[in-house]
Amino acid sequence: MRQERNNIFAGIDWLLVLLYILLVGFGWMNIYAASSNEGTREVFDFSTRYGKQLIFIGLSIPVIIFILFFNSKFYEQFASVLYVISLVLLAGVLVFGKKINGATSWYNFGGIGLQPSEFAKAFTALALAKLMSDRQYNLKLVKNQTKAFIIIFLPAFFIALQPDMGSVLIYFAFFFVLNREGLTLAYILFGVISIVLFILTVYFGAKLILLICLSLISIATLYGIYKNKRFIRFNILKIISLYLFTTLFVLGIGYTYNNVLGQHQKDRFDILLGKIKDNKGIGYNSYQSEMTVSSGGFSGKGFLQGDRTQGNFVPEQHTDYIYSTVGEEWGFVGSSLVIILFMILLYRIIYLSETHTNKFGRIYGYSVASIFFFHIIVNIGMVIGLLPTVGIPLPFFSYGGSSLWGFTLLLFIFIRLDAHKKYDW
Amino acid sequence: MKRSFLLIFLITLVGIVYISRLFQLQIIRGGEQDLTHSATIKVEYDYPERGYIYDRNRKLLVANQLSYDVMIIPKEIEPLDTLEFCSLLKIDKEDFIKRFHKADSYARWLPSVFLKQLAKEDYAYLQEKLPKYKGFYIQKRIIRNYPIKSAANILGFISEVNEYVAKNNDYYEQGELIGKLGVEKQYESVLRGIKGKKRFKRNNLNEITGSYKNGKYDTLAVPGKDLTLTIDSELQQYGELLMSGKRGGIVAIEPKTGEILALVTAPSYDPNLLVGRKRSPNSIKLFNDSINMPTFDRGLQAMYSPGSPFKIINGLIGLQEGVIDKNFGVTCYHGYRYGKRPNAFMKCHCGIVGRPIHLKTAISKSCNSYFATTYRRIIDKYENPTIGTDAWSKHAKSFGLGNYLGYDLPSGQKGRIPDGNFYDRSYDFRWGATTTISNAIGQGEVETTPIQLANMTAAIANKGYYYTPHIVKRIDNKPITDTTYTTRRNTTVSPEHFPIAIEAMYETFTRGTAKYSQVKGIDICGKTGTVENFIRVDGQKVQLTDHSIFIAFAPKDDPKIAIAIFVENGGFGATIAAPITSLLIEKYLNGSITRKHIEERMINLSLQKEYDKKQLLLTQNIDTIATRTK
Repeated sequence: MRQERNNIFAGIDWLLVLLYILLVGFGWMNIYAASSNEGTREVFDFSTRYGKQLIFIGLSIPVIIFILFFNSKFYEQFASVLYVISLVLLAGVLVFGKKINGATSWYNFGGIGLQPSEFAKAFTALALAKLMSDRQYNLKLVKNQTKAFIIIFLPAFFIALQPDMGSVLIYFAFFFVLNREGLTLAYILFGVISIVLFILTVYFGAKLILLICLSLISIATLYGIYKNKRFIRFNILKIISLYLFTTLFVLGIGYTYNNVLGQHQKDRFDILLGKIKDNKGIGYNSYQSEMTVSSGGFSGKGFLQGDRTQGNFVPEQHTDYIYSTVGEEWGFVGSSLVIILFMILLYRIIYLSETHTNKFGRIYGYSVASIFFFHIIVNIGMVIGLLPTVGIPLPFFSYGGSSLWGFTLLLFIFIRLDAHKKYDW
Repeated sequence: MKRSFLLIFLITLVGIVYISRLFQLQIIRGGEQDLTHSATIKVEYDYPERGYIYDRNRKLLVANQLSYDVMIIPKEIEPLDTLEFCSLLKIDKEDFIKRFHKADSYARWLPSVFLKQLAKEDYAYLQEKLPKYKGFYIQKRIIRNYPIKSAANILGFISEVNEYVAKNNDYYEQGELIGKLGVEKQYESVLRGIKGKKRFKRNNLNEITGSYKNGKYDTLAVPGKDLTLTIDSELQQYGELLMSGKRGGIVAIEPKTGEILALVTAPSYDPNLLVGRKRSPNSIKLFNDSINMPTFDRGLQAMYSPGSPFKIINGLIGLQEGVIDKNFGVTCYHGYRYGKRPNAFMKCHCGIVGRPIHLKTAISKSCNSYFATTYRRIIDKYENPTIGTDAWSKHAKSFGLGNYLGYDLPSGQKGRIPDGNFYDRSYDFRWGATTTISNAIGQGEVETTPIQLANMTAAIANKGYYYTPHIVKRIDNKPITDTTYTTRRNTTVSPEHFPIAIEAMYETFTRGTAKYSQVKGIDICGKTGTVENFIRVDGQKVQLTDHSIFIAFAPKDDPKIAIAIFVENGGFGATIAAPITSLLIEKYLNGSITRKHIEERMINLSLQKEYDKKQLLLTQNIDTIATRTK
């Protein structure tokens, strides 16, 4: 027993490790395809993107060993410290960071860039788990809900200042965690209704939607009165606030959409909703990536045979649009397989989390699953033209050290916690 | 486990949705799209012949000729003997590198034009030599040819699409031709046809290995359609001849149909200047000539005050509103006093003093006092000047003034007919009919383009209706069906008010201002106009020679042509504008000219001195400003 506890590989879930290796390996092959061309095929050419990615992958091995080296209690005890450090780093990047593509998200250490927001996710998850695993913690209390919201909100706030709206979006994933721990579904329902209202308002205009909403509420109210004569007396405040809130919300969306959102953000929605058809201008990325995926057919054109990938038709193909390379070169078979692998990864993490007797491990695991889930939905959805263009990486696939290490950190802390669960009582 | 149901459910749902989407993209639509941008498919275009353009009498105005471009696909180029290649194309090495980089930065996989419009002799020679050089080939193209050196402003020209269009438009690729200006632009999609596409499979050595999917996606070229214009090219050419040495515009319309018979702008240019390799230096010269502005269509784009012809409209509105009738008389004392201040006086040159003037005489003699009185009565009929001006403005606009007419040419101006709101915004004091009294005589805030004036004349000739003017009569030999041009548009003035105005316009020729321009055997109705114009020199308003305006239609009882003409700095309307108009009407209706001496005088008359004077004043002005800023 004792010996086992000292072996850092004891109790590790090898299925997760295997999935990790498969995804990272396949990811690298696609980066190789997307960033090399006939002239440069030398695998160990470290001036190229795929060469650098190979270094990043190599460096993630010491990172993994480092993570596994610590006792799982360490993560629980130091969760708050790590969280504060990540907040400091996020605040610091606004001051010392380097501006790339209009966002100040990077620290620059002599040519090597580090993106603190990629690591903050893991530490936020730890902090949240730490807070909610307290025996005194009861999510039914508004005070406790507020605490959880603050932990989630703070890093998101700093990231929004960079501004990197894609990464901010990821923090909504934590609502799944809160829901799992007992937060009422109303919050998520509220969120979903808001999103639906937003899309409808953008598409049909504020006036029409407002009219429909108010009529629906009125009909519901009349039905209530019909059922129970005293309905209105008991619910008058609720009804009034519902009216007020709906009006403000819909008009607010109309205003925000027309006056606050930048033209490029509006364009992304408009293209997705089919309000603008533009294959060569602003809709170029989406159109090209969709076409590239579609050109793969059933079995794909084969490794390094994708003429659209080789011809650099899709901008940013090695990062946010890497999945389009999978689509072109590996076809329906390969791209479905990637989705299935990701699904297995998620199911496995959730399954393992649920077997934790320790609340800390369970909450953290659930956070990991939710974060991965969000990244996958948003990124793949964008590439296959189901969601608007949002620049966030696909876990293990997209080019970049920070994102690879960020996801590695997220996953392997969980693997560490999971390996130790049988000693936690 | 129960609590995690939501997330598990969502993961499964998203998984299914995404895989279905992949199924739709990759298997249902599966790799068959966007054939243009694939490296394994070579696309060859077959350009159809662009449609010809004829005048109303089937005289050919625009035809085609062949031209050959050297194309390049940068990706396919193999090392070559640059020196030999350059001498072949008659360019130097620097030029070669520049052209190559331009094509390379546009798109490595797509064809770009390397050298355009070769001479025919060069083509024959190159055709033999070029296959040696991989990545280069010759593309046959069709360019325009103009048998008649006329109507450049109407026809427009074609030139290569710019990079913006090539990038943003699905149809065009770099080097392809597109219509610019005039009919070529307006009817681009009709004239152009649709290019055919042939797709070939290509292996990794760029060799063509056969037709792609047995030609399943190949398309045949659809030839462009011919256009027949409403223009009478003889009238057009004659108008251009008469306008030589002058600046201005003439618009002639067939009142019964709204067909534009002639659309002259002066000075103009020979359309053959904008064809082939000489197009680009010539177009720079033409478009940068800010003094003569040959590319500015004065018939469509120049906004001037209409002057006296607008009095007819005011008279008609007065009749319609019931504030005057044909027996209503105004006594004129060399002008009209509209206020107490000494300068609140509008002079009049009608020359009839001491007896009341009636509408007919007022129009033919162009009496300012009469129309000032009428205008005041129209405005003052309503409770306040805002409403009154709105009512007046609505009538005037029903003649097609104050907004884009909706004709089928791509350039134009709105003109201006002010309404109550316009003055409410402009003046912060109480304004009334006297404030805007200049509108009574077609000066002040009223502005029109020559084509609007011609259309207004047509509406008068028709006794209260017009058809939107248009330039195309038949497409592919079938009459146009666009309801914009086949819908009769009625003015708000009823037909019974028109005869008196028409009689008055007839009197202009028999007894009035234009009596020296009468044509034997044709009853012409017209109205002269003279518009003051000023330029600002060194902060001072300097008056130049007046603009000469004339509107007319003929014959009186069965109008076949309505004309508006505008000659910049032409002086009194009767001296230049009226004779030119009468000559055009004679030419159109009789086919020949009997009054040779007038014709000769008009052709030879040049106003260049006037324009030089104006230019001198303007240059002086710039000089004084320049010295002051020093």
